[in-house]
Amino acid sequence: MLIFECPYCGVMADETDLAPGGEAHIKRYGPGSSDDEFESYLFARKNPKGVHFERWRHVSGCGKWFHAARDTVTLEVYATYSAQTLEPPKALLSAIKKKNPEWEGWS
Amino acid sequence: MRRYSAFAIAREGARYHQGWERAWKAPEPKKKYDVIIVGAGGHGLATAYYLGKNFGITNVAIIEKGWLGGGNTGRNTTIIRSNYLQDPSAAIYEKARSLYETMSQDLNYNVMFSPRGVMMLAQTQHEIRGYERTAYANALQGVKTEFISPQRVKDLVPIINIDGPRYPVLGALWQERGGTARHDAVAWGYARACSDMGMDIIQKCEVTGIQQSGGKVTGVATTKGDIACDKLAVVVAGHSGTLAEMAGFRLPIESVALQALVSEPIKPCMDVVVMANTVHGYMSQSDKGEMVIGGGADGFNNYTQRGSFHHAEETVRALVETFPIIGRLKMMRQWGGIVDMTGDRSPIISKTPLENCFINGGWGTGGFKSIPGSGWAMAELVAKGEPGPLAAAFGLDRFAEGRFIDESVAAGVAH
Repeated sequence: MLIFECPYCGVMADETDLAPGGEAHIKRYGPGSSDDEFESYLFARKNPKGVHFERWRHVSGCGKWFHAARDTVTLEVYATYSAQTLEPPKALLSAIKKKNPEWEGWS
Repeated sequence: MRRYSAFAIAREGARYHQGWERAWKAPEPKKKYDVIIVGAGGHGLATAYYLGKNFGITNVAIIEKGWLGGGNTGRNTTIIRSNYLQDPSAAIYEKARSLYETMSQDLNYNVMFSPRGVMMLAQTQHEIRGYERTAYANALQGVKTEFISPQRVKDLVPIINIDGPRYPVLGALWQERGGTARHDAVAWGYARACSDMGMDIIQKCEVTGIQQSGGKVTGVATTKGDIACDKLAVVVAGHSGTLAEMAGFRLPIESVALQALVSEPIKPCMDVVVMANTVHGYMSQSDKGEMVIGGGADGFNNYTQRGSFHHAEETVRALVETFPIIGRLKMMRQWGGIVDMTGDRSPIISKTPLENCFINGGWGTGGFKSIPGSGWAMAELVAKGEPGPLAAAFGLDRFAEGRFIDESVAAGVAH
C-alpha cells in the first residue's frame, strides 16, 4: 500500500485515506490560447514509466490537496510537497536524479 | 500448415503424437517489411491477420517485447459483449462479437467461444434508467439486448441474492449472445494463422526507438537491430504512451492497473456472466470451475501489473452480498494488468502526427472483447492510410474537436 506524508498536517497517510488527482504541474491555458494548447491542457498526459509528479488529496484527514513524486514502476514515494508551487522543488529533483542516474529529468 | 481436425487427432493418436507441427515459426527479423506491427497481443495479431486476409498484405512483422499474448491478452476476464450506448462503440464491439462467433472455424483453432449470455445488474434506480436507455439504443443499433426483471435474473442465476439489503437486484441488461472465450487461444489462433500466411512473429525483441525522416516513419530500432518498414502500427495497450514518446507525440492516455482474481474450482453453479457495476465487480465461472472475478481499477498511474489490495477487498466484499455462496471460497490467484485509459473511456484507432505511423490503443478495461473488431478496423486504416467506417469516429482528433464517444458515464469501471 502506498504511504504518503501529508505536507500540511504531517500525518503518514495510507493510500485509502487519500484520493488520487492525476498529473501535477499541468500548465493551464485560458481565453485567447490556441486550440492545440487547450487540448493539451485538457487531455495530453505524460504518463511516464518511472518518476511521476502527481496530485493527491488527503480526503480522510485535513482535506487538502498536495503534490507527490512517485515512481510508477517501483511504486516508491520519493517525497511530498506543497501544492502551492508551479514546479517541483529543485532539491527534490536532484535527490531523485541522484537515486536514478538514468532519469532524464522533469520537463 | 496442417489443419487441425478430428481426423488429425485420430491420425496422430495412431502414431504417438509425433507428427504435430509447430503452431508458428520463430524467425529472425528481415531487413525490411511493408508493415511492422509493434505488440503481439490480441489486437496486434488480429491487425496482422486481417491485413493478410482482407488486404493481401503479408510482408508483415509483428514485434513483441515479451512473449505473444503475454500482456493483457493473458490477464483479462475473457468477457465478450457489445451492449454499448453510443453508436460508434456499438458498431465496433458488435463487429468484434460477431467475428468471435465464427472465429474458431475461420482460424481453424478452437477459441472456445461460449455465448452463454452476459447480464449487467441494475442495483439502483439510476442504473435501471441507464440500462433501459441502453436497451433502446441497442435495438436501434441492431444489437440484441433486453432489460429483464429481477425474477428472470433469479431464474438465470439461481445462486444470486436479489433481495439486498444494501444492493437489491432491480433488473438487468441481458445480452444473450455475449459470453466468454479462451483468451490465450485467441492470441495463439491468430498467431498460427499469421505465421501460415508468411508473416514473421518476432518475440523477445523490444522496440527501443522509432526512426523517421522528413516527418515519415522509416523503421524501428530494436534489441535485435534496426528493421525498416513502410508503415508502422503501434498496438501496445498500456505502453502506448512510451511508444508515442519515442515517435515524438503525446497521447490523451494514462496507464493504470486493473486487477482480477480467481477462486478455487467448484462444481458448475453459474452458466452466465454477471456484471455488477454499482459494486465494482463481475464474475463468471471458467470451464475448470474457478470463479473468475474482475475488480476495479486503481486511480493512479501504475506500470507494475499488480493492483492495490484494498481494491480486491472492496470487490469481494460487494460480491459476497450478491453471491452469498462465494463467502467461503478461497481465492487462488490475484493479478493486475496495465490498462490504457482515455478521457472518454473509448479507444483510439488513428493516424498520428508522424506520417505512416498508426496507433491502436486506449481500449482501457475493455480490450479483450474488441480484439477481432479492432484488428479489422486497424487493418483497414493501415492498408488504406485512411480510417474506414468502423474506425472513423475513434481518431485522435476527436479530443481537439470535443467529439467524444462518452462511454465513461455509463461504465467507468467494468467496461
